[in-house]
Amino acid sequence: MTDATAGAAHPAPKPQSLLAPDARTRKRNAAEARFRIYGMVAVGLAVIALVFLLTSIVRNGAGAFFQTFISLEVTLDEAKLDKSGNRDPEEMAKVSTFGYAPLIKDAIQAKIAELGIEIEGLAKPEDLISKEAAAQMRNFVLANPDVVGTTRTFEFLADGRIDGYYKDRVTMESASRDKNVSPEQLQLADALKDAGTLETRFNWNFITWPDASENRPEASGLGVAILGSFYMMIIVLVLALPIGVAASIYLEEFAPKNRITDVIEVNISNLAAVPSIVFGILGLAIFINFAGLPQSAPIVGGLVLTLMTLPTIIIATRASLKAVPPSIREAALGVGASKMQTVFHHVLPLAAPGILTGTIIGLAQALGETAPLLLIGMVAFVREYPAAPPEGFFDPASALPVQVYNWTTRADPAFVERASGAIIVLLIFLLAMNAIAIFLRRRFERRW
Amino acid sequence: MNDMRIMNRATGMQDTKMSAKGVDVYYGDNHAIKNVTVDIEDKTVTAFIGPSGCGKSTFLRCLNRMNDTIPVARVEGEITLDGENIYDAKVDPVQLRAKVGMVFQKPNPFPKSIYDNIAYGPRIHGLARNKSELDDIVEKSLRRGAIWDEVKDRLDAPGTGLSGGQQQRLCIARAIATEPEVLLMDEPCSALDPIATSQVEELIDELRQNFSVVIVTHSMQQAARVSQKTAFFHLGDLVEFGETGQIFTNPHDPRTESYITGRIG
Repeated sequence: MTDATAGAAHPAPKPQSLLAPDARTRKRNAAEARFRIYGMVAVGLAVIALVFLLTSIVRNGAGAFFQTFISLEVTLDEAKLDKSGNRDPEEMAKVSTFGYAPLIKDAIQAKIAELGIEIEGLAKPEDLISKEAAAQMRNFVLANPDVVGTTRTFEFLADGRIDGYYKDRVTMESASRDKNVSPEQLQLADALKDAGTLETRFNWNFITWPDASENRPEASGLGVAILGSFYMMIIVLVLALPIGVAASIYLEEFAPKNRITDVIEVNISNLAAVPSIVFGILGLAIFINFAGLPQSAPIVGGLVLTLMTLPTIIIATRASLKAVPPSIREAALGVGASKMQTVFHHVLPLAAPGILTGTIIGLAQALGETAPLLLIGMVAFVREYPAAPPEGFFDPASALPVQVYNWTTRADPAFVERASGAIIVLLIFLLAMNAIAIFLRRRFERRW
Repeated sequence: MNDMRIMNRATGMQDTKMSAKGVDVYYGDNHAIKNVTVDIEDKTVTAFIGPSGCGKSTFLRCLNRMNDTIPVARVEGEITLDGENIYDAKVDPVQLRAKVGMVFQKPNPFPKSIYDNIAYGPRIHGLARNKSELDDIVEKSLRRGAIWDEVKDRLDAPGTGLSGGQQQRLCIARAIATEPEVLLMDEPCSALDPIATSQVEELIDELRQNFSVVIVTHSMQQAARVSQKTAFFHLGDLVEFGETGQIFTNPHDPRTESYITGRIG
């Protein structure tokens, strides 16, 4: 009876042609099409943002890798550089850069006369040359005392304003309102360029030289920052990888599952989300104030970044240990392997690609970290290269992201270009590290 | 299955190799095995049959303490190997597992070469003094595992590259490479096709010459084909244990009869 009523309530559906979609199918297809469009829009926005970011950085920063140089013949006058004439390095060292500056002034005036350049109202032609030039020349002379008395050709950096003129940062109009550079000096630069004395070319000094002072942007480089970052990465790798992997193996394979390990687990996840500046305060309080380690040193930066990287490595390592199928563990235990043999002979090799990837991602994250380093004094102005490790770990150094931050706070617009250039260097390092991570994963990934 | 053949199967009396007395297993609050008492004879194939979830695999894993790896599992009662209680506090499960080998349901070769798969056990137990002894063990084990002819030319190839049936025979060869006294097999043929299954079954019959074999199986035909003794488990109870021929032709318990005739399970 009930069956009969049910049958009457639901009459047999009308036969539907397969060639014409019914209303429900059309609705489902429309929903799917809408979802695809949302997805494409989201991906498109992300790509546009990325392209915009990269082009703006490259456009701003590419100039930092090129610099304007002026080559001049300088007569290294013995009367000015070595009055005693006995080439005694200590005597010669008494002559400061102020003693060298007039030589450069003479050299450029001689050059102007030689080329027959006449510019009305030209004052201080020596300002075309970077203030760094005298120091550069002095270092050269002190290293090679025999050159005193001879005439040599030097490649001097052009002043930041002149360099800016060839990078469209400075114009004749802006120069007329600038007390540091005059339109006449720019005309002189053009004339020197026509004569082949002044040229713009690739500048390795940007990567190798240390930072320079506020009014010498042309002489500033990333050398100390790259070394500092490199030292910190070594410390992070050496400390965080073994500690992180050991902790994960213990937690994942050996630790009893109880309340204490639960609390530890939750707190490791929490640590990964702690703002990085908090680690900086911790580093300041513990490593510098309590342990008495030096400020601005890569050792302190490395320790702070290790603390920051550990949760990332532990989480990645535990995930890859979990991903090893239990059948492998059973197989090893089944032939009589101990727990430790099972882990080290079978589980760890299978988890290695994941662990390596996690470690490199963690390192890349640490490489780009700025905030904690500000608090432990790595933002200081450092001109001296740190020594070779291990002593160098305790010497003051800078770091790449901190150098970027440092340069963006300076007034001269030339430093905007330098900061973007430093970002490009940082991005190249990050891309290289990620490429290594991908390579290692492909290389060591095994199937089971 | 030819009933007459089962009835006439020779079942010579053998010594008791392993013996379980009043074994209870709990998974947390779940009472998985209830008061099981069973004797496993030497150089005999003992089959555990029963419907899914009846506890036969659980009981099998008690015999080499694989259940130790499950934190919530608790075993009560006494299981002896050659008269020694394997759950004694002084027993190292690692040493026990060298004597009681295990083959799992899913073939699980190590993602290493065929050679290393077999050589791993002998290496960690120090069974070979040098390379040539190890080579001998590997060859002997692969021969006893009835897979030597198929892999002798590619011992360096990964074990995971073999077919399912070959992988399972490799795993059996790996299990016997450490010269265990008892071999536990947890549904060794459930992932294999009929041809591979019959190869493994022949192998089990040969292994009986040297080992005591305990096999868990879903297939009653398989139990009838390969075993001399059969134990029927139902809902954690050992319902009936006896000669395979007797269990399949003349079961004493009505539940056993229902299961082997296909009414429960």
